[in-house]
Amino acid sequence: MNFFLEVLLGGLLAGVMYSLVAIGFVLIYKASGVFNFAQGSLVLFGALTFVSLVERHVNPWIAFGLTLAALVLIAIAIERAVLRPLVNRPPIVLFMATLGLSFILEGAAQLFWGAQVHGLDLGIDDKPIELGGVMISQFDIFAAAVAAVLVIGLSLLTNRTRLGLSLRAVADDPLAALAVGIRLPRIWAIAWALAGFVSLIAGLLWGARLGVQFSLSLVVLKALPVLIIGGFSSIGGAIVGGLLIGASEKLAAVYVGPLIGDGIENWFPYLLAMLFLLVRPSGLFGEPAVERV
Amino acid sequence: MTLDSTKPPAPALLALNRISLSFKGVKAVSDISFEVHAGEICALIGPNGAGKSSLLNVINGVYQPQQGTIRFDDRTYQHMNPYQAAHGGIARTFQNIALFRRMSVLDNVLTGRNLHRKSSWIEQALRVGRAQRDEAAQRRYAEIVIEALDLQRYRHNTVGTLSYGVQKRVELARALAAEPRLLLLDEPMAGMNAEEKNAMAGFILDANTQFGVTVVLIEHDIGVVMDLSDHVVVLDYGMKIADGQPAEVRAHPAVLAAYLGTRH
Repeated sequence: MNFFLEVLLGGLLAGVMYSLVAIGFVLIYKASGVFNFAQGSLVLFGALTFVSLVERHVNPWIAFGLTLAALVLIAIAIERAVLRPLVNRPPIVLFMATLGLSFILEGAAQLFWGAQVHGLDLGIDDKPIELGGVMISQFDIFAAAVAAVLVIGLSLLTNRTRLGLSLRAVADDPLAALAVGIRLPRIWAIAWALAGFVSLIAGLLWGARLGVQFSLSLVVLKALPVLIIGGFSSIGGAIVGGLLIGASEKLAAVYVGPLIGDGIENWFPYLLAMLFLLVRPSGLFGEPAVERV
Repeated sequence: MTLDSTKPPAPALLALNRISLSFKGVKAVSDISFEVHAGEICALIGPNGAGKSSLLNVINGVYQPQQGTIRFDDRTYQHMNPYQAAHGGIARTFQNIALFRRMSVLDNVLTGRNLHRKSSWIEQALRVGRAQRDEAAQRRYAEIVIEALDLQRYRHNTVGTLSYGVQKRVELARALAAEPRLLLLDEPMAGMNAEEKNAMAGFILDANTQFGVTVVLIEHDIGVVMDLSDHVVVLDYGMKIADGQPAEVRAHPAVLAAYLGTRH
């Protein structure tokens, strides 16, 4: 029983890491109705910039601030150069633009900081500790706590403030949003800056675990099934989806793996996502009739 | 401001001065000037393609004219931008309904209240300070508008599921929620039957008298226009061919020619 609990908890906590990445997608989707292909590049860019600054003996907090400032500047630049000229175009056009953006960001990150692998130490041990008879990684607990704070903050911001209503309005009909006096440029820049902030957090946590390297931008692939299950437009959905994916892939790996061979972890989330697509295409918490991806 | 029988002396709320707008060399509007006085209902009429919608888009800053100026409320603009326009008190509806289809009627109307919120995001997020009073005030005003337009029973319905006529009303409600001084209505009665048109005309009159909003509207139904408006501006091929009270305009030879063809 303890072993089962350990696997389950480990899985749930791993799922939180997926959720962190998924939330970045949700923020952009809420504001633009588009799947942001460049999210992984933002994760890489954030982590690489932070780690490179720290390696140049910049105080970690200052490095964090500088990286965040860079991400905010990128958000403003994206609004100016990409979103503004493409206003009122079909979502597929925006999607292609984010595809291009991902290459630019990855290229820029490596141009500035090089392509070698960096280790990142956040000062938290990845050693398991015993909690109520169950072994849990300290690092996972830390990541979960960070995610919890982030989610609560973002939920308050998007559910209770006029920013939330404006985000939905802008995603729904930019022209109408303009007519009621919503400042599109500002809303878009804020959404991208928030997504940049979330991806920096995700990049640091993932970077500490995997090392900061090019393949970090691929962690977004794990966010895809999370989004499909949770729904593209719900922050809560991203959390629930992440927990579901994390728990089920670990349980499947431990209990089903021995029966049909190893490597289940790699494909099981996608199988789960496919089943969801058949049964509930808009995800658990997504807005129904979401015709855009 | 009150509606005066001798209107002209009062300064105009909106004055277009020699506005010209073209798209890549194609003239949509040429050299148009007219004034709209506070408290009146002004109708823009003319055949399809006459430049009526373009003119509305110039007024609220969606299009930027190449020539001419816009004076609104004692300030003169080379061109508006939509945020300035909304902030200054210009609200509008669109020919092809531009609502937030996936949001409820109430939320749509509340977006119209956006510019009236006084509390900051932090106060709103934590529900402290001015946030609660502010929220309640916006809700109250939204409810007043919803009631005025007879939308109570659709309050929580998703807009995309409502019928065309009701959506037109929701769009008017969202515009009124902003407490505008000038309301631009682009074919508010398009595609409606006689009964619905009557109801809509009633709502527009209410907006004008109860909410004290000055209205500029585009409409094709001449009967409705004559009944509703204090002032009619007629456009044809991007030019102004008549401007005056409904009865004057109706008898104007250029208007008859544009609408009915010239008698040979």
